[in-house]
Amino acid sequence: MDTVYLIFITTVKTAVYFGILLLHVAYATYTERKVIGHIQLRLGPMIVGPHGILQPIADIVKLLFKEDIIPAKADKFIFKLAPFVSLSAALSTFAVIPVNKNWVISDINVGLLYVLGIAGLGTYGVIFSGWASNSKYAFLGSLRSTAQMISYEVALGLSLVGVVLMAESFNLSEIVNRQNEYWYGMFLFPQIIGYFVFVVSMLAETNRLPFDLPEAETELVAGYFVEYSGIRFSLFYLAEYLAMFCMSSLAAICFWGGWSIPPILVKTFPFLSIIPGVVWFLLKVYFHIFLFFWLRGTLPRYRYDQLMAIGWKILIPLALINIVITSLLKIL
Amino acid sequence: MEQSELLKTKYLAILIVIIISIFIGLFMIFLNRIFGPKRPYSLKLTPYECGIPSTEDTWERFNVKFYIVAIVFVIFDVEAVFLYPWAVVYKKLGIFALVEMYLFIFILLIGYFYALGKNVFNWTKE
Repeated sequence: MDTVYLIFITTVKTAVYFGILLLHVAYATYTERKVIGHIQLRLGPMIVGPHGILQPIADIVKLLFKEDIIPAKADKFIFKLAPFVSLSAALSTFAVIPVNKNWVISDINVGLLYVLGIAGLGTYGVIFSGWASNSKYAFLGSLRSTAQMISYEVALGLSLVGVVLMAESFNLSEIVNRQNEYWYGMFLFPQIIGYFVFVVSMLAETNRLPFDLPEAETELVAGYFVEYSGIRFSLFYLAEYLAMFCMSSLAAICFWGGWSIPPILVKTFPFLSIIPGVVWFLLKVYFHIFLFFWLRGTLPRYRYDQLMAIGWKILIPLALINIVITSLLKIL
Repeated sequence: MEQSELLKTKYLAILIVIIISIFIGLFMIFLNRIFGPKRPYSLKLTPYECGIPSTEDTWERFNVKFYIVAIVFVIFDVEAVFLYPWAVVYKKLGIFALVEMYLFIFILLIGYFYALGKNVFNWTKE
């Protein structure tokens, strides 16, 4: 295989993957507004197209035609850099996420580490934007957000150690294959503590409710991206939703068996094996996406001291206990 | 294909993905440059503070708690980094790895309880 061919085929693969991904992200914003609307006994967007189905496209067009304001006192270069850091960090994580058997852009053997590392870079986007804006709301928002993200990153990382212990690999495809060796086909049951820690820290990592303190509308207006407008604002917005998809995919792959069906289900209902793996994967991802919206519609926001206490005093000890239990069970 | 050659192609693919994801952002900014209006005036370019004119610069000192959390984060993140390779080869090393890692976690727990005693994770009390 020569390099030119390789570059070509990867570019085509990435373009298709990202095209479909961005379409999903656009419609996730629509789904969120619909779900929240129905939870609050409203209808949600209804005007643009039947049941507001064209709303995301209208939003994109609107944002493209907005003025791009850069505050006079801002640190111009870092101000412009921040949305790129957020967006490209969120997008690049999908390079190693498999949606089906062999449906992955690059199947590296340290996939899990790569996802965690690149997703961690997203924190820089938050720091840069808050610092460069030279606005008090943005500054406070980014400080809070950074402390929150790095606190929960530890819990997130530790909760996945249990999965790595069970799978003995960082390769995301290998992790899925390993889960299929068990009759229940998921790490969810032996790793239930790890899954709990993962879900809570995933909410905090993506700055979603009930941990959306960085952008608490009622006190900080919009948090770290208050000074951004037009398309730069939408890059942050996109990055947030991409991070949600990334974390949901990770939850689906590491705890729910990715594209595979639990062997016990295939044995009892043989017709289920006709359904392609990518459908199972998307179902598992969308369950978690729905969980984000559901929690947003249900729970109030935590206070900042409560947030830090949950992260450091509950989640990290729980994750460590999970590692100790898993390693003991593994050796016995 | 050779092992190192295969590895090279896989990481080349990742490089391409990163370049494309930066390009997507640039492309969107470019579209905005074309379609968006550009009518700045001095009041529009001031930082947003709910209508009140901004008085001081934002780049000042802030609460020391944020620094402490960052320092504790470094310690615990290094712990996570050490735990990952341990988890992969755990089955091969057996009981030796178990004891070693329990010792490691125990030493870290001493630091954790020290930080807990110093009220690092307590944001309400001084």
